[in-house]
Amino acid sequence: MASNKTKAKESFLSKPAVQSILAALLCIVLGLLLGYIALLIIEPKGATEAIITILKNYFTYPTKAAAMKYLGNTLVKAAPLLMCALSIQFCYQAGLFNIGAAGQYVAGAGAALFCALKLGLPWIICLLAAFVAGGLFGIIVGFLKSYLNVNEVISGIMLNWIGLYSVNMLLSGVKETASPYTVSVASVNPSAILPSLGMEKLFSNNKYVTIAIPLAILIAILLKVVLSKTVFGYEIKATGMAKDAARYSGMKEKRNVIITLFIGGALAGLGAAFLFLTGYEQWSVTQSSVPSMGFNGIAASFLGGLDPIGTIFASYFIQHITSGGSYLDKNIYPSQISDFISAIIIYLCGFVLFFKLYLNGYLRKLKEKEKEEGGKK
Amino acid sequence: MAENSQYAIEMLNITKRFPGIIANDNVTVQLKKGEIHALLGENGAGKSTLMSVLFGLYQAEEGVIKKDGKVVTINNPNDANDLGIGMVHQHFKLVQCFTVLDNIILGVETVKNGFLQKDEARKKVMALSDKYGLKVDPDAKIEDITVGMQQRTEILKMLYRDNEILIFDEPTAVLTPAEIDELMEIMKNLAKEGKSILFISHKLAEIMAVADRCTVLRRGKYIGTVDIKDTNQDELSRMMVGRDVQLVATKEDKTPGDVILHVENMTVPSKLHHNNAVKNVSFDVREGEIVCIAGIDGNGQTELVYGLSGLESCTSGKITLCGKDITHASIRERNTSGLSHIPEDRHKHGLVMDYSLAYNLVLQRYFEPEFSGKLGFLKKKEIFDYADKLIEQYDIRSGQGAPTIARSMSGGNQQKAIIAREIDKNPDLLIAVQPTRGLDVGAIEYIHKQLIARRDEGHAVLLVSLELEEVMSISDRILVMYEGEIVGEFDPGKTTPEELGLYMAGAKRKEASA
Repeated sequence: MASNKTKAKESFLSKPAVQSILAALLCIVLGLLLGYIALLIIEPKGATEAIITILKNYFTYPTKAAAMKYLGNTLVKAAPLLMCALSIQFCYQAGLFNIGAAGQYVAGAGAALFCALKLGLPWIICLLAAFVAGGLFGIIVGFLKSYLNVNEVISGIMLNWIGLYSVNMLLSGVKETASPYTVSVASVNPSAILPSLGMEKLFSNNKYVTIAIPLAILIAILLKVVLSKTVFGYEIKATGMAKDAARYSGMKEKRNVIITLFIGGALAGLGAAFLFLTGYEQWSVTQSSVPSMGFNGIAASFLGGLDPIGTIFASYFIQHITSGGSYLDKNIYPSQISDFISAIIIYLCGFVLFFKLYLNGYLRKLKEKEKEEGGKK
Repeated sequence: MAENSQYAIEMLNITKRFPGIIANDNVTVQLKKGEIHALLGENGAGKSTLMSVLFGLYQAEEGVIKKDGKVVTINNPNDANDLGIGMVHQHFKLVQCFTVLDNIILGVETVKNGFLQKDEARKKVMALSDKYGLKVDPDAKIEDITVGMQQRTEILKMLYRDNEILIFDEPTAVLTPAEIDELMEIMKNLAKEGKSILFISHKLAEIMAVADRCTVLRRGKYIGTVDIKDTNQDELSRMMVGRDVQLVATKEDKTPGDVILHVENMTVPSKLHHNNAVKNVSFDVREGEIVCIAGIDGNGQTELVYGLSGLESCTSGKITLCGKDITHASIRERNTSGLSHIPEDRHKHGLVMDYSLAYNLVLQRYFEPEFSGKLGFLKKKEIFDYADKLIEQYDIRSGQGAPTIARSMSGGNQQKAIIAREIDKNPDLLIAVQPTRGLDVGAIEYIHKQLIARRDEGHAVLLVSLELEEVMSISDRILVMYEGEIVGEFDPGKTTPEELGLYMAGAKRKEASA
């Protein structure tokens, strides 16, 4: 009877998906713990309260209506994060580390806002423009990688900066006169605001809640299907795992790399449009650092076990604690404590592999022991 | 009596279990002082496990290890080092950008006041090198020297550490015939000087040539230990495989038919050396014949095949397959118009190691309507059914059948999977590059049978091999390559390995009449 139990436990624990989830949870717990220690060091008195605030995020609001409204805000920002994470995750399947997602996101933001504010185009065209602009940034990286063997990390990082300053210049023409921010999309061109299809009602009339959120989740599911069930996914993964074998079998591995980076770039670009076309944020044309959304995507995709579905939850979680961080008492704690926690989580994600290795070793021992016991009987 | 034991190392009644299998079942190996003791067994017979136990990487459940008659415990590789046990691994453990000398002293450097004292080390290395005839250039970098010299560096590494018990793990797999002879001499010298050598191999001819005694393992079980002078290759192979094995393939005479592959003045550049690896080569391969390209490794055979398969583009010349010009065709076009290719490097080119066996078996066909639908979806059921069919037909063994990850399969079965995939395409021309490298006798026999079956069915086979024995036994026509050119064409019935050797070494040449 005891062995039955261990067997059930064993087969459950040996599933890769279960292991990924357990590893991710472990990363989160350790990340929060280290974050808590950091809070204790800064100011021990309110540390417990602070970590609870971060975790509670919108639940700190007493009324359900308010909580729903701010849940909406978290989701509004989680959608673009998810898109950036998917971009990184997708490219990673082809063996590419798309750190250029940050720049592709910037390109998407620039294209979407330019089409919305300067050209006055409707939202669908703006989305398309962001898709293409992000994709083009990806193609540049892919082309350099395929034909000139330029490392995608180097060209990606350089394009991040090229993208940032180009977009700053491009959007200077549509900024408010008194501030560095672009003019509000909702007031200049309401047709460019993403439709909400009545979803705002669910979130206490949070007008920023739009189709971007379900769309991002749908895209994640679509990518999961493409990667695991299609010929294209088969080729992408084969190229990523064994470039030479892919070439030997006649796959066009250079073309595959470029297409992968195009899709990766387009996803990140679309992510930017998912944020800026809600009107939730404006672009500051004087910003001198690449928006962190693309980089946070790295954390989300790794925490999500490099699986599109896992990435959905991981993106939400990271955005949840980031938003939660803004409720901290700024006089005592910096709101960046959430960034700190998610940074620790990224680092710990590296340990996911160790964790899996350890777990598998443990399972093997368990099995061996059981066999021995069985033998003795 | 323990002090003057005649054995340098003894592994007595070793049993090591892994989940599901017994890797070593009551295995005993006794290595006498100053002898060369061969350890023979097929892939997966438990040779590596046994050596890992000796090195403390695994702990045996039962059995003892004795050194000079005294029981020792080896918990980790450091213990093994302290006992004077050293090993030359099949894949060398050398730092590519270090010199030979640096590699030899790495880890046991003499240091004075924080500075390396290389002069003494150099003297000791050169003395050892002279004593045992291990020619090396101490100042050459590993990346610039031949595989043979890299191996001599590994041997010097063991000697520099004053190891008494030397283990050679499949040392000849990477060497040219001349280098193999040289290694055999070196091993004999070492034994003469009192070193005890454990020689892991599945090449019977080498064991017969160099070893004093031989212990045979089969599927984890100890089969027996024999004196080499009282045995022969047939007996050894029977002990290893458990049945009679045809060491020399037999085949019927057959008259070749139409030309399948026609190569005219092909030139292929070498990326590595910025010159032409294949120079102006012309030849034909016909229906119903096995044409073999013989030669010492690195004389352009690899590039020749790259040129034919499309992995590298030719700078001049013309390739015709079944009357169709494929000189500028893409790899996919060639693969789908009657060419199959069993690649030299099965890990790099032949398989996507992290894909399942099923996915690997459709690597050349996944895009065909049989396996993919209109919307670009893979037909998983058809792929797995097809995989099951091939697994059954070609006897591919793996842990869990079709879903097994290729990486976890044994080398022989990985190769079987590639052969199954390539032959099942029913190609007009099958190019096989060193298809039996690193495989055991049973698998070699199997692969030779498959190649001959292709020929007998009237298809063309182009075999590239470094093993003269293989070349002589299964080919219908032999082309010898030397420095990128075909320097001679032979009928295997009318030539000798010695004559081929002269051409392979570049001592003689004649015009090939393709």
